[in-house]
Amino acid sequence: MLKRLRENKSAQGTLLAIPTMLWMLGLLIIPLILTAVVSVGRRSPDGTVIYSFSLENYFRLLGYSTSCANRQAACFDPLYVSILWRSLSLAFNTTVLVILLAYPLAYFIARAKPKQRNTYLFLVLIPLWTNFVIRVYAWMILLRQEGVINLVLGWIAHFLHISFQPIEMLYTPGAVLVGMVYEFLPFMILPIYTSLEKIDVSLYEAAADLGANAAKTFRRVTLPLSIPGVVAGTILVFIPVMGTFIVSDILGGRQVILVGNLIQRQFLDARDPTFGSAASLILMVMTLIVTYFYTRKFGFGEEIVVA
Amino acid sequence: MNPHRRSPFVIAAALVVYFFLYAPIIALVLYSFNASRANVTFEGFIPSFSERVVMDGSLVKSSPCGPFHWFCDLAKNNDVIDAAKNTLTIAFTATAIATVIGTMAAMALQRFDFNLKPFAQLSLYIPIVIPEIVMGIGILTLFSQVFAWLNNAFSLVGDSRLTMGLNTVIVSHIAFMVPFVTLVVQARLQGFDKSYEEAAMDLGANEWTTFRRVTFPMILPGVLSGALLAFTLSLDDFVITFFTNGPGSTTLPIYVYGLLRRIITPQVNALSTVWILVVLIAVLLLQVLQNRDSTQHS
Repeated sequence: MLKRLRENKSAQGTLLAIPTMLWMLGLLIIPLILTAVVSVGRRSPDGTVIYSFSLENYFRLLGYSTSCANRQAACFDPLYVSILWRSLSLAFNTTVLVILLAYPLAYFIARAKPKQRNTYLFLVLIPLWTNFVIRVYAWMILLRQEGVINLVLGWIAHFLHISFQPIEMLYTPGAVLVGMVYEFLPFMILPIYTSLEKIDVSLYEAAADLGANAAKTFRRVTLPLSIPGVVAGTILVFIPVMGTFIVSDILGGRQVILVGNLIQRQFLDARDPTFGSAASLILMVMTLIVTYFYTRKFGFGEEIVVA
Repeated sequence: MNPHRRSPFVIAAALVVYFFLYAPIIALVLYSFNASRANVTFEGFIPSFSERVVMDGSLVKSSPCGPFHWFCDLAKNNDVIDAAKNTLTIAFTATAIATVIGTMAAMALQRFDFNLKPFAQLSLYIPIVIPEIVMGIGILTLFSQVFAWLNNAFSLVGDSRLTMGLNTVIVSHIAFMVPFVTLVVQARLQGFDKSYEEAAMDLGANEWTTFRRVTFPMILPGVLSGALLAFTLSLDDFVITFFTNGPGSTTLPIYVYGLLRRIITPQVNALSTVWILVVLIAVLLLQVLQNRDSTQHS
């Protein structure tokens, strides 16, 4: 029997992959199917799931409401649609800002002398490896009414003899945006750096020989060749931002509710797993659609591994 | 044209981004020496050492540990120590299992064709393109439904009831680690020269000996960086742990999150400072190892 296995390449491959496939089946595929099943169920009064088939949760998410002000049977309630839209636009804004911040730094590191490169990269790794929750907390210290930023602004105002009122920054949409940008910045720097570093120096020499100036070389050589890094970074940033609930929870207080917060509350406070599951599936579909169209246009950067 | 020449604009932008990356961390560390227990503003360092902790309202006037008062306070906090133990237990166990099965899967995907290959590839690709919370609540639903059913079917009561705990967290961590381990090891296998293996076989080594003496040593750097990536993912994970942990399996990120929603003393900052120091040492060690590795090869 062992001899037959030795000759059967297909069986060998299956055998090697079996533990992983079982794991992914049990902890990814089945949970996703279960989520779909629960999302069409109904909630019993004590918060458990009654298995049935109703699309009510999805209608509710898309704005269908039965609790209307002027005795109508049904009306449009934009609550959940606006939460979905807020998450989508926040993820978009975060990604754009992160690209704008990450690109110059990645370029700076890639163009440094090889010896210094490691040091510069090292400086990016430390914030990345500092825990996610700790990094959100750091912004609480900075943004608070009595926090570091207001303190510094106060000193400046005092120095310039201007009157100064501390600005309310914590628990605003701006705080959530800054927190998201900070959390995910390293995930963009590393892939862009990897693709910039791969560019052959002789290409720059060729561009210079052909009479291109620095700006033109950047536009025609550097930028196109670094697109795979930007694509990989975008996937690493956009998708998690869509689902994260800690940043908005801690820096947004109760003011900024994202789809992640919505889902989390359905499972913990509101105790309606059926509605939470429906929201979770909508979130998944939204990210898959965006990723699909995005990668179809730009390809799937293999730099995704480096982070 | 000097490829290392950068315009002043690029240098200025890089400095600004570095400042943005480090300002929060510096503030975080500074506040871990705060004399104020309320920790809202920085009230200066704790000035002196004494036998006992002396407080003036919410200000610590002196402490047996002096300016390091909050670090001593932290070392006495059993919840933190338990959370640290849990975090490390989960990270080590899950990394070990994920590295082994992920490396096996990478070998299978890179070297063999089999019927279920498309399924294996797809299932390893999904966790990268869906938000973690989707996977988290899916796993939560699975465990709670299965546990409820089993507890009911075998009428388990009290301590023998199945509940969420360390095991559920470990099993779930493995699920999100495996795709990354497989990706990294596969990348290493792609640049692999098969003639070494053929040479070993020609010299009479069987498959197992060839793997042990030739293939494995050559892919080891890939396996190690896959394991390291998995380990850091586990240490950093909040979302999956949040939905799969139970009483007695609180990890450090979950513990810190719990504190942030209540009163925050500089103890949280002390914990953060210790964490940053550990990361600093780990990254430095890694750099030293990598440098040694690259000088050996050249």
